Order: sequence, then C-alpha cells, then structure tokens
Amino acid sequence: MSFIPNTDSDRAAMLEAVGKPSVADLFHDVPASHRFPKLDLPPALSEQEVLVELDTLARANADCGALPCFLGAGAYRHFIPSVVDYVISRSEFATAYTPYQPEISQGTLQAIFEYQSMIARLTGMEVSNASHYDGATSTAEAVIMALNVAQGQRRRVVLSAGLHPHYREVVRTYTQGMDLQIIGDDEDTGPLELASRCDSATACVVVQSPDFFGRIIAPAVLTELAKKVHACGALLVAAVNPVSLGVLAPPGEAGVDVAVGEGQALGNAMSFGGPYLGFFAFRREHVRKSSGRIAGETVDGAGRRGFVFTLSTREQHIRREKATSNICTNQSLNALAAAAYLAALGPRGLAQVAELCWHKAHYAAGKIGAVPGFRAEKAEFFHEFTVSCPIAPAEINRRLFETHGIIGGYDLSADYPAEKFPARKNQMLFCCTEVNTRAEIDRLASALAEVSHA
Amino acid sequence: MDSKVDQGVRYSKTHEWVRVEGGEAVIGISDYAQNKLCDIVFVELTAVGREMKVGAACMVIESVKAAEEVFAPVTGTVTARNEALVKTPELVNSDPFGKGWLVRVKLASPSEVNALMDAAAYTSFIATL
Amino acid sequence: MPEPLLFEKSRPGRAGVSIPACDVPQTPVPATLRRAALDLPEVSEVDVVRHYLRLAHLNYCVDEGLYPLGSCTMKYNPKVNEAAARLPGFARLHPLQDPSTAQGAMRLLFELQGMISEIGGFDAVSLQPSAGAHGELTGILIMRAWHASRGDARRTRILVPDSAHGTNPASTTMAGLEVVEIPSDARGNVDLMHLRAQLDERTAGLMLTNPNTLGLFDENLLAITHLVHEAGGLVYGDGANFNAILGVAKPGLMGIDVMHFNLHKTFSTPHGGGGPGSGAVGVVKALADFLPGPVVSHAGKDAGAGYAWSTPGRSVGRVKSFHGNFGVLVRAYTYIRMLGPDGLREVAENAVLNANYLQARLKDTYPVPHGDRTCMHEFVAQGRIAGAPDVRALDVSKRLIDYGFHPPTNYFPLIVHEALMIEPTETENRETLDRFVEAMQSIAREAAAEPALLHDAPHASPVRRLDEVKAARELKLTAEKAAGR
Repeated sequence: MSFIPNTDSDRAAMLEAVGKPSVADLFHDVPASHRFPKLDLPPALSEQEVLVELDTLARANADCGALPCFLGAGAYRHFIPSVVDYVISRSEFATAYTPYQPEISQGTLQAIFEYQSMIARLTGMEVSNASHYDGATSTAEAVIMALNVAQGQRRRVVLSAGLHPHYREVVRTYTQGMDLQIIGDDEDTGPLELASRCDSATACVVVQSPDFFGRIIAPAVLTELAKKVHACGALLVAAVNPVSLGVLAPPGEAGVDVAVGEGQALGNAMSFGGPYLGFFAFRREHVRKSSGRIAGETVDGAGRRGFVFTLSTREQHIRREKATSNICTNQSLNALAAAAYLAALGPRGLAQVAELCWHKAHYAAGKIGAVPGFRAEKAEFFHEFTVSCPIAPAEINRRLFETHGIIGGYDLSADYPAEKFPARKNQMLFCCTEVNTRAEIDRLASALAEVSHA
Repeated sequence: MDSKVDQGVRYSKTHEWVRVEGGEAVIGISDYAQNKLCDIVFVELTAVGREMKVGAACMVIESVKAAEEVFAPVTGTVTARNEALVKTPELVNSDPFGKGWLVRVKLASPSEVNALMDAAAYTSFIATL
Repeated sequence: MPEPLLFEKSRPGRAGVSIPACDVPQTPVPATLRRAALDLPEVSEVDVVRHYLRLAHLNYCVDEGLYPLGSCTMKYNPKVNEAAARLPGFARLHPLQDPSTAQGAMRLLFELQGMISEIGGFDAVSLQPSAGAHGELTGILIMRAWHASRGDARRTRILVPDSAHGTNPASTTMAGLEVVEIPSDARGNVDLMHLRAQLDERTAGLMLTNPNTLGLFDENLLAITHLVHEAGGLVYGDGANFNAILGVAKPGLMGIDVMHFNLHKTFSTPHGGGGPGSGAVGVVKALADFLPGPVVSHAGKDAGAGYAWSTPGRSVGRVKSFHGNFGVLVRAYTYIRMLGPDGLREVAENAVLNANYLQARLKDTYPVPHGDRTCMHEFVAQGRIAGAPDVRALDVSKRLIDYGFHPPTNYFPLIVHEALMIEPTETENRETLDRFVEAMQSIAREAAAEPALLHDAPHASPVRRLDEVKAARELKLTAEKAAGR
C-alpha cells in the first residue's frame, strides 16, 4: 500500500501523453548499472499488520506515563490537556506547508505570531522567533547571534558548568569550524564568578536557570551578572525552564539579552527525545542578527490585518552563505502545541502547575533527605534537585524499577563520572512535576530506604 | 524604464555615486540601483569614524526579497551618516541623489574619484546591462 | 472576517483547564524569586477550540488539495502514521530512561537506521538531525573532520552548484568553510569544465542535489563523483529530491559519501506548517566513525545486551539534545514498513510519471527551459506567457490560488528567470493533474485577455495580497499589550 491513487489504466494514458512506452523508460538518465537495485527490506505490510508490529514495539518499553517516574534532566513529564492534541491534529495545521503563500496560510501565521507573543511575555523579552529545533540548538544559535552582534570581532564564549551537558556539547559541535575559544564550564563556579572570565574578547556568557542540577539563579544575581557582562561589551544568554516562568521572575527583567530553552514542557509529549521545541527570544535592537523565521503583522490590499514572515533577508533562501543561520524547517507544529497549551492554561493555570511542581519537589526533597544515607543538595530549586546517594544510583534505579516498578531519577555519573568529578560521586537528579502524586513520592521514599543497602 | 542619471556626480560600476565637496565626498546609490531593489526596507550604514576601503563591501541595503551590498567607491573615513534613513529608508527610493544619501567620508586619496565614470559614461554603461 | 488574537479575546478570570489541588504540604516560594505578573491570554476551553478552528479554516493544507511545490514533496500524510506516533508506549517515553526499559523504541530506531542505509546504499546512519539543513551542517562537519583526521588542513572549500538550495551555502559557512559556486551547463547538468577547473587540493568536497532543482538527473553523475574523489574531495548529497529515485537508484553506490534524507518530504511525515522534520544522515563506511552520537547499536543476536546507545569513536559531536525527532522517525518507519521494497520503488515511478505528464501538457503554454529532457519528479517552467509581457511568475501563482490550488515553488532555482518549480508527487490522481493543467491554461488565457485578474489575485482567499514592505519596515513582531498592562 503506497497511497498511490493512479491505476495501470491511468498510467497507460499518461505514458501516451508523455510519449514513452513504459515507466522504466523515464529513468534513462540513471546509469544503467545502478538502475532498479534490489532493496533488502521486509515485505510490505497492510495497515492492520503494521499497527500490530508497532504495538509490539511500543509495549516493549516501560511507559513513563503509567509508572511513577522521577526523571527530568531536560525533558519533563507534564499533563497535556486534551485540547492541545485536538489543535495539532487538525489537518489544516498538521498537513500545511510552511506559510510562504501567506494569503492561504493565515491560520499558521497568526498562530505563530501568537506563539511569539506568548514566549516574549513569558520570558520578559521583546521579540521571539518562530522556533529552533530544541533547547540545545537554540542555545548554539544564541551564541552565533552574539558573534554576529560583535561583528565577528570577538571570538571567546563563556559557558556555565550549570548549562545542560547536551547544550554545551551542541554549542561546541555547531561552532567547531568557527575558530572560537569556549571556556568556563571546566569548573562549577557560581554565576558571578563566571563574570570574571569575561573580557573584551568575549562575545557572550551563557548561563542556565534553573540549571542542570536544579539550582535557581536568583534575580538579583542574574541582574548583577548582566551588568558585569554588559560592562565587558558582551551579551548575556540565559537558558530557562518555561514552566518555571509561571511563577519565577523572567530573564528579561534581569537584563538578559537572549533567552532560550526547551519548550517541550509546554504541551509537547516526551516522545523519547523529540520532536521538541527550541524557544529563542531576544532584544529588539538585535533582531537583524537573529536567526529563525519570524512572523510579523501587516495589512492586505483591502486594509485587513494579516500576518507574514518578515525579515527574510536574514535567512538562507535569500542571504545564502551570508545568512544568520542555515535553518529552514523548524518545529512549527510543536510551537503550535505550546501556544495551545499556554492558551488552555492561561497565566493562572501555568502558575498553578508551576507551584504544584515546586511544592511536590520540595516535599520529595524533604522525604528523600530523611532516608538514611541520602542527602539533598541545599540550594534554591524549582522542581529538580540533586541528591547524594549511599550507593551507586545505577544500582538504586535498577532495584527501584525491578522491585517497585518506579523509574528513579537521573544518574549524574553518565555526564559527570566520579573520576573527573569527585564532588558528584553517587549523585542523582530527581524531578517532580504536577503529575507526581503524594502517594508516589511517599512510595519512592520508602522504596529508597529498602534499596539503598549495599 | 529610464533611470535618472544625476549630472553632478561620478559613478562606480557597482552603481554607487560620489559627490565631491571639498576634501569630503557624499556617497549614495544610483536611481538604476534603487529601481532594481524595489521597496527598500532597511539600510545598514557604516558607523561614523570607521574607514572604508575602495572596492570593499561596506554597507547593506535591504528590500523585502533581497539584500544588496554597497561597495565603497572611494577610500576614506566616515564623518557623517544619513540618520533619516533609520526611520525612512524609502528616501533612497524616492530621492537617491538627494535626501537618500548614505554617508559622507573624508577622502583618503582624492584622485580615486577620477577613476569613476562621469554621467555620460554611466548612462552608456547602464544601457548595456 | 479576520480572527482576533487570543490576547484580544482575553477576559480577566477566564480559564481553560482545571488543575488538581495540591496534595502535599506547601513550601513557600520566596518573594525574591517570584515574578510580578504574567500577561498571557485568559480564555476558556471553548474559546481556545473556536479560535484555533477558525484559524484552521484560513489555511490550505495537503489534506485539502494539491501542493505542486517543487523540491518540497508535499505528498499525502498517511493517518496510520499519526496513530503510530501517538501510541503511549512511544509518546510517553523519557529519552533518558534506562535502555533496558526502552528496547522496543531502540529496536525501531536500529531498524530504521538499517532501512535508510539499505535504501540509500550507505553503511551507517544517524537519525539525530532535526531537518534537512541540520543534516547538511552535520554532513559538512563530517567531511571537514575526515580531512582533519588525515592531517589535511588545506581543504577549506566546498563546491556548490548555482542551482543549489540556499541552505547549502548557508550550512557551508556555518561549518567554517568557503563556498565556491559552479555553474550549470546548457543541458542543466553541473558544468564539467568549470567543475574540473575548481577541483584542487583546497577542495573539501562538492554538495550535489541529484536530481537537481531543475528536476533533472545529472547525465554525468558518475563522472562527477569520480572527479571529486580523484581530486581528494568528498561528495555530499542533498536528499531533498530523493523521491524521484527512491528504490530506483542508491546514491551511496554512485559516489555519494554522505547524504541527508528529508523524512518530512520523501517519507511522508507531515510538514506541520514548518516542521518538525527530520534530516537523517547516511554515510559510507569511511565516515561512519564521525557521525553524531548517540546511535543505536546492537551487540548481536547472541549477546544479552540488546540495543544500546553508542557514540562513534571520532564523532563530530551531537547536533541536538537526546536522540532525534523520535515522533517523526516513528512515522517514517511506519511508512517504510507499509510500502516495502516494491512500494518504495512505485513511489518514484509514479512521482516521475506524474511530473512528466504535467511537463508534456504544460510546455506549450509555459516555457520549460529543459523541456526537451525527461524530467524527474519535478520540472521548472517559466511564468512567462506569450502576449502578456507584464505578467510574471508571481501573478500566475497568486491567480492559481483562486482556482483552489497552492502555487508551485516561485523564483527558485535562481538560475531560471520567473521560475515555477512544479512537483505533483505520486499521491495525486490523474483527474487532479488534469484540473491543474486546465487551471494553468486558463490563467494563460486570462493573462493575455484580462491581466488585471492576475495582478490583483488572489481574489478568493481569506486575505488579499499582503503588504510585505509594510511588515518589513514597521516590524510588528508581537501582539501589542493592552493599556495599563
């Protein structure tokens, strides 16, 4: 079944119009020795059969939605209201092309404009783009934007060790051909100490709040950091958690120049890592150095309000090798999901979700910290916190899952092996969201007591 | 469509014009150039105090569908920029030789101007394009 | 009637979703950390539904009709893909859960890696890149890393044909390499003479889209890849047009060393109004070590370990967090499993036949610069009509909207004036193709008799032609705040 409507009879008539005897004759430009190779693939399946196969594969996984789960570390389990899937399932949004013909794409364009406006207000920034691939690539694009703002004259970038390991790696991957010096994340210094590594060759400083270990950078500290970074002539980039902004002070108020982050938590399924949503918001004065599509408001020939993509001269299809980025297809449907989510929740709903995350995580930290051998790190946190464990987290998680059917927190040794990071030995990152119940958290604490003997 | 060719300036092959006023020169783009760009939406001007080197790309003029580089027709230091273009970039379309001027430079080597085309030569030049 | 913004429909106190009460003791949020206010729309669920439904009504989409967009491959998006991606055992997986608890998902990825390798003639695949351009950047970084690994620091240039998509030179610049443009010859192939002249010890590689954006299969493909290899360079394949040769030829066996596939084009995943997509990258054996990690590996049937994550030894680094757009990958996997080897080949056969049919029927009305050649899955016509000198591609496109079709790709490739790049795909039936031809012929007649109909088009769409100049000059990029907020 290949979804091809034409029959042999249709094809015969069309071949006649084309003046070729057979379909194979249309491929005469393909080198004969390479034409029509064998494809060693499983034979075709009907829809009924393929769904059985997929169901088997799906059932071979532990469903995080059906079990108590305390994993975070960059992807988060939140409740997604039914209305979100309703919106993104509409053919007119899901099967539409990029809105390059704005007259028949006002649905997509207005939805994007609204998404941009919501992100701008949520982060306290002046302008947002239509999306990047995810939080990591959004951070890399922010670094590139800072280089462009400095007109290529500054080649140093300071990254906080609190920035998600994937984000730091993607920044390095993206910029490996740009002859940059990337420093700062070799030591877990506080944000203000990071400012001391900033100088006249620095294009930007990148921090994260709450950071990878869950620690919040207080607004007063972020404001102070912004002042110091600006005094060097550099930009301050902050990666932030969008749900936390339901309750926490937004980066824009602290003087941050570019706010980025992972938008998955806003109405997008965890889906084993993607598709996600990189949000990207910045000061209006830098808009011409920004990357990614941007929708703008205008009017049509009859004076009616409408929306179009604008500032296209920054982009690859016009500027080619001088574009601010190569990005073309982005994450439009995920941005729509985020907008529908924010619309459904509203400011009070988002604040309630954020507060539930806060209260449950703090309750969990208290319960876990009370289990002998476990110590929760003392720092202001939103919904993730680091715990030092009496034995290896990998073993704890194995026992939690096999004996108790609980998916535990993130084993930090994966990114911070004890040989290189002795302070992080046997540490685990626990996350609680509004989805974790008190009963689950209590069960986790008592399970930890059981599984933590050597 | 016939382009206006101002008689009092000299032209580069890349459609910039230069009007010499003492040791300084005012620089802009020709009517032919603004016509090709269509509606101009943004002009990126060189900062005051910066140097431009003859032949090098120094500024960018954007329409909705294109971004064209402006190449320095002479070498010099920028002494003034047309700040009106920030709010009203369309002046380059409506009055390319007058109110749509781009920058003013102090000439580093005034003889460079002689290498540029006069109005008659430029008129012939654009007729061949 | 224009639909108001959500912000304009907002009324204080309205809310959409009910949130559960807090079931744990509360810990106060310090006042120093709190935000003062959050200015988002306050609307009820019925407002949200009506708003987005009305916006949906303003959109054209592939479920409604033909999108003859060249190089976009707007084929039908099977609904079974949506069911597959939404299975809870896929949708609710956390990317960092222990591999032992995600063996089903990892098996899907491992099999998909293998299937794409087989389809493309490659030896290894990364499913991590999120889009074609993302794949391009990945591929060029791989090429750069390979040259560096051989101690060759001179190779700083990438040759890019003048028909290339803008992402090609943009990706090259991001990777820190220099773009050298190669012209096309009179038959629409890469100009071999110019190619030879530019190949030297500074060449890192050539970026090739084949079939190219003129819709033509390069008649010298094997010679081209041979020449580049002889000069010490690598060949990057831009897979945007792979729908034309799916099951008909394997690029990896024809000299392409690294190639991205657009899963949201060739492999039927929905376009979503601008994404998400997926730009899987396939490489030949010599480059497998440089792929971004992690990839899914399998220790072998007898090893107990099952599917695991592994990072290639000389990886250029991850290009994204986690593993890739898994939800998109599930859809592509479903599609490939349903089609099977014969179904995949039939896709290309029908896509190419449909395009040739349109070319044959339209080339007497609209000039087709390379109409003497057999086109592949697309062809480029010119928006130039005899007897209507003032009518341009833009006008023809906008008038097509009034006939109920999405316009073809406009003004690309840059090497054809007033270009209209037309790609029907294999999922359109003959009647649709005939109606499209009739519409284009009717527009040609209108162009000569009543050009104003075209210049003022579209007339029948929700909005008329939009003022893009005003948008660029005034830059209203967010909704205005209500007074006092």
